[in-house]
Amino acid sequence: MEIIISSNTSKPIYEQITTQIKALIMSGELQTGDPLPSMRAMAKSLHVSVITVQKSYEDLQRDGFIETTVGRGSFVSAENRDFIQEEQQRKAEEHLQIAADIGRTSNISLEKLVELLSMFYVKEE
Amino acid sequence: MTNILELVNVSKRFSETGFALCNISFALPYGSIMGYVGENGAGKTTTIGCILNTLSKDSGTIELFEREMNDKDTALREDIGVVYDGDNFPRYLNAEKLANVMRGLYVNWDDDLFQKQLADFKLDKNQKIKTYSKGMTMKLGIAVALAHHPKLLILDEATSGLDPVMREEILDVFLDFVQDEKHSILLSSHITSDLEKVADYITFIHEGEIILSEQKDDLIYRYAVMRCKFEQFSKMDKADIVAYRKRDYQIDVLIADKSMAERKYKGIVVDTVSVDEIMLLLVKGERA
Repeated sequence: MEIIISSNTSKPIYEQITTQIKALIMSGELQTGDPLPSMRAMAKSLHVSVITVQKSYEDLQRDGFIETTVGRGSFVSAENRDFIQEEQQRKAEEHLQIAADIGRTSNISLEKLVELLSMFYVKEE
Repeated sequence: MTNILELVNVSKRFSETGFALCNISFALPYGSIMGYVGENGAGKTTTIGCILNTLSKDSGTIELFEREMNDKDTALREDIGVVYDGDNFPRYLNAEKLANVMRGLYVNWDDDLFQKQLADFKLDKNQKIKTYSKGMTMKLGIAVALAHHPKLLILDEATSGLDPVMREEILDVFLDFVQDEKHSILLSSHITSDLEKVADYITFIHEGEIILSEQKDDLIYRYAVMRCKFEQFSKMDKADIVAYRKRDYQIDVLIADKSMAERKYKGIVVDTVSVDEIMLLLVKGERA
């Protein structure tokens, strides 16, 4: 398992951990039932505080990616594609919201935005 | 049973200098690291003296491992490892002989652990302590503090004299120490970059008073500094301001809720904030 922590970004460290573990789960590198390092061990490895790791584990648990049992540790949850899908959609919504905000404040028409989005979507395909 | 150390309204006045600790209250939970931050002379060492009962407090309560320490409480002292700034060991001893002394002082003294610590720190046990460099003395202090298996580690400016490479090594030792969730560390320092990495909580002291005690992540991700024009500042809601500092061309305003500020005050620059800058604003700036 690899986790890269950048200190040169405004993205909080707990978020960096959360996103990367999510990515590892979605890519299948971490499989259902795989154990995650204990919070304290991960804090030591990453040189961050325990509370930081705790926060990202809590977020992962809240979003259904992992399950934590007292005394046993944390494990990757039984696969839940719908959940992951929903999560991804929510993320896309966030970005589209920003795009819409920029569009409204800067007088970019909805048609233009839709056109741009369609263009990106096709290109990425 | 959540706090390994808890101070409630601790006060201590020195009649000669007039310096006083005023109603110091904070709590250190089990399994965590707290950075105790303040400028020189803010009262950090005095607080630690009160905690260790080397200074008698005037009022308030201090609980260690959920009980108050009295003068005869040697068992409780076994569980506390202390490292002070500077060399406090007899200078003509070497580490080997120092171990002989310590073995007689601490019931739980662990010679094997001490030897291992010395080897890890690359300290020569036959070399006289007076020939040690500052960094080596510090490491020796930490090795001694750890060798009697304490549950609470209290360090007063222990990383200040060390170079970045050595500080990184020491941080490793600290993180190792809190792998056991019954262990905690209270670390006073003015080198806040170290604390920013590993501390779970940050407590600020200024002129004998606690001005802020928060989770570190809350401080650096929720707190922020707004760089305001004078006119923007005058329109701000005073309730949102934690502290502010007027400078020649701008006013820096410390706020406690970054996302709220970004929504409420459009057009004002909102910067993330380091522990250093928070300290600077709280100490140098005016508090609203």
